[in-house]
Amino acid sequence: MSHIVIHIFLLLVMPPLLLGVIGKTKALFAGRIGPPVLQPYYDLSKLFQKGTVFSTTTTWVFRAGPVVGLATALLAGMLIPFGGHSAPVSFNGDMILFAYLFALGRFFTAAAALDTGSAFEGMGSAREVTFSCLAEPALFFGFLVLAKLSGSLSLTTMLDGAFPLGAGVAAPSLVLVAASLFIVLLVENCRIPFDDPNTHLELTMIHEVMVLDHSGPAFGMILYGAAMKLFVMGAVLLRVVAPFELGNSWYDWGLFMAGMLGLAVLIGLVESMMARFRMVFVPTFLVAACLLSAFGVILLLR
Amino acid sequence: MIFLIPIFLIPALGGIYGTEYWSQQAHPHNGRKLRLFYGLVTAALATVAVSANAILFLVAWEIMALSAFFLVTTEDEDRAVRQAGWLYLITTHISTLCLFALFAVLRVATGSYALGPLPVDLASPGIVTAVFILAVLAFGCKAGLVPFHIWLPSAHAMTPSHVSALMSGVLIKIGIYGLIRITSWLPDPPVWWGGLLLILGAGSGVLGVVMALGQHDLKRLLAYHSIENIGIIVMGVGLALVGRSLNCVEWVVLGLAGALLHVWNHGLFKALLFLSAGAVIHGTHSRDLDHMGGLGRVMPVTALCFAVGAIAICGLPPLNGFVSELLIYIGAFRSLGIGQALSWPAAAFVAPVLALIGALALACFVKAFGAVFLGTARSRHGEHAHEVGRAMTRPMLVLAILCVGIGIAPIVVAPVLDQGILAWILDGTDEVPRVATLVPLGWVSLGSLTLVALLGLFTLAMRKRITQGGSASGITWDCGYAAPSARMQYTASSFAQILGTLFGWIQHPRVRAPRVEAVFPGRTTFKSHVPDILLDVVLKPVFRFGAKLLSSFRFLQAGNIHAYLLYIVLFLMALLLWR
Repeated sequence: MSHIVIHIFLLLVMPPLLLGVIGKTKALFAGRIGPPVLQPYYDLSKLFQKGTVFSTTTTWVFRAGPVVGLATALLAGMLIPFGGHSAPVSFNGDMILFAYLFALGRFFTAAAALDTGSAFEGMGSAREVTFSCLAEPALFFGFLVLAKLSGSLSLTTMLDGAFPLGAGVAAPSLVLVAASLFIVLLVENCRIPFDDPNTHLELTMIHEVMVLDHSGPAFGMILYGAAMKLFVMGAVLLRVVAPFELGNSWYDWGLFMAGMLGLAVLIGLVESMMARFRMVFVPTFLVAACLLSAFGVILLLR
Repeated sequence: MIFLIPIFLIPALGGIYGTEYWSQQAHPHNGRKLRLFYGLVTAALATVAVSANAILFLVAWEIMALSAFFLVTTEDEDRAVRQAGWLYLITTHISTLCLFALFAVLRVATGSYALGPLPVDLASPGIVTAVFILAVLAFGCKAGLVPFHIWLPSAHAMTPSHVSALMSGVLIKIGIYGLIRITSWLPDPPVWWGGLLLILGAGSGVLGVVMALGQHDLKRLLAYHSIENIGIIVMGVGLALVGRSLNCVEWVVLGLAGALLHVWNHGLFKALLFLSAGAVIHGTHSRDLDHMGGLGRVMPVTALCFAVGAIAICGLPPLNGFVSELLIYIGAFRSLGIGQALSWPAAAFVAPVLALIGALALACFVKAFGAVFLGTARSRHGEHAHEVGRAMTRPMLVLAILCVGIGIAPIVVAPVLDQGILAWILDGTDEVPRVATLVPLGWVSLGSLTLVALLGLFTLAMRKRITQGGSASGITWDCGYAAPSARMQYTASSFAQILGTLFGWIQHPRVRAPRVEAVFPGRTTFKSHVPDILLDVVLKPVFRFGAKLLSSFRFLQAGNIHAYLLYIVLFLMALLLWR
């Protein structure tokens, strides 16, 4: 029971910290001091106190966007095992619910963007739904590999690090899947090199441009939901790359948190070292991600 | 029985809807004809579904096909409608022809016209294979499976919307009914049958949704989505057939349960979408997505219903589409040999294909929903729109509630699916597991309910914060541009443009784009159109070439009776010599 409480607590509290760590890493890499790691928390609390401006063209769909985005991320977080601890909710086929929850969030975020009637936001949502068309098969190929390796259909056992076929069989596929999932993680969470979370008004943006017209608490909800999505997808990737356990369940929580922070540093490093790709190359990389995990499946078919 | 429920439900709701949508006052010429054939097609559908005799089946089938032809040609003064009608008539008769052959073969094999399982000793492999191929042709034509789908988009787009709802929701499912029935009667299916259906289904699914992305016409877009959903259903049937060939009961149960539930679900949400589209057309008198916009404020109920249908058709939780796709997904994952020794790898590619179809469908419905209901009106049509009356909104609301109901409590429909699966597996000697034991339907319900609860909670929280923080309204941020106009919004075509370039090799769009020249370019226009890949890109050129080739023999038919007599004499002499 106490582990479920810790799970929910971490899910609710830790996501903005990742953004802070990413920002700090980038700043240090560039030789700046940068904002404090807790800056995202200050931003969120400030946003939640502010007033809201609604465009006259908008309807209930515009207000539903942030709400659905946050609710789906939270529910998806309940399906993922954090570190060595099993997820609070786990059943056969929960990975499909996991993927489709994010799809529901995407539907409403994109629809809310179109609700403003602005061409900018139209562009953003068109790109978002387009790129996820290619990210989604990559994710499912990855699930196929994990399901085949672990002989299970639920995320907790898929990600528990025990592979009946043996590490020798599992390793090549897992490497491919990890690479593919990392690309999917960067695309879905608007990170460089696919998208730049720092600029708002560039015509090359995807996620940020969709939420241009949201303000105040609604915008805070969007940022919080996005951070949670990064956290949840990061937790999946972490279990694929490093399914280690220390034996003591309390140390495992510490290991998990350290792992997540390490992942944030890694993302920060990638963002510091790479420039954003031109928009036309994003689909190419996503197809590459699909192919990587498809090869992961093919390696297992014999 | 699984097929009878939608057969009776959807036409009944459509009939109520039709009293306002196609009222006698508004359409004095064809209103009576429409209602007569609407009833007739429903009766014929029900007869097809209950007939156990080949002759009765064929008679009912033909009544159904012909009444549907008259429904398609309701507005027969329009040339495009007549063309759609002819195309439908030709394909439906190809389907009937295959059925004649099918039942003739069955008659030879069994010696009677009674429809039922083929005895194992009587059936030779050749006959069984012939029956299967003919069934795929005949019922694939009716269902709109991809190589045989050419009639479907125009026929669905040109009819009144409640007829489209009937055709898409029920009529094309009768093809699936036939396919499921025939495959259950044939003993010992080889693995390639299921494999063929999986490939056809995956092809239909992907092609249907990619073609839908290119459409500007709201109803044509929905029609292509019918092809996509038929593809998903056929993938489920294919999985079940593979499972039967390899003696793996779990795949049979999951594949068939997914297919049957999707038959229901697609009937519900596609009917809902067509009825909402009808309400939009009723309000704006246009079918063109690029002319609409901002209808969500003037038609709130229709917008809500369309949103429910759109979320359901994308297979998103917490609605019904998610449940049936979940069943097929789990079936596909299990076919990889998870939790059992047997594995059949090709079926595992069903899962990524389904994921691709789902994501593309999401893109397409964000586009359709956004272009029609969100933003601001792009033309005069949209500005004068109004919400439709109760006779039209009530049937839509009933369908929407059913979509939510099956999504939240799928356990309710599980026993019915079990019955259907038991009827399909004829040699039901070994234990057939229940659907509910293979799929955690309880968890699905719990997940859906939690999602709804969280949504409610967050909505309340946000509303509270907004009232505390204060809110203002202003215009959409437009970078300080002085005179924004509604025509500057992203249109449906621009929304699908990137996907259009990615899938251009399937869509073959015909674009007439102007070249902008000089410093002050003049007025210009842009036109793009996505033709049907099979009908317009493959079949029409082939037939045109054939017609040209054959017309070179025209000189033989000179209208001279002496020459014709000469031909007869020559032909007879040739025959005599040949003897």
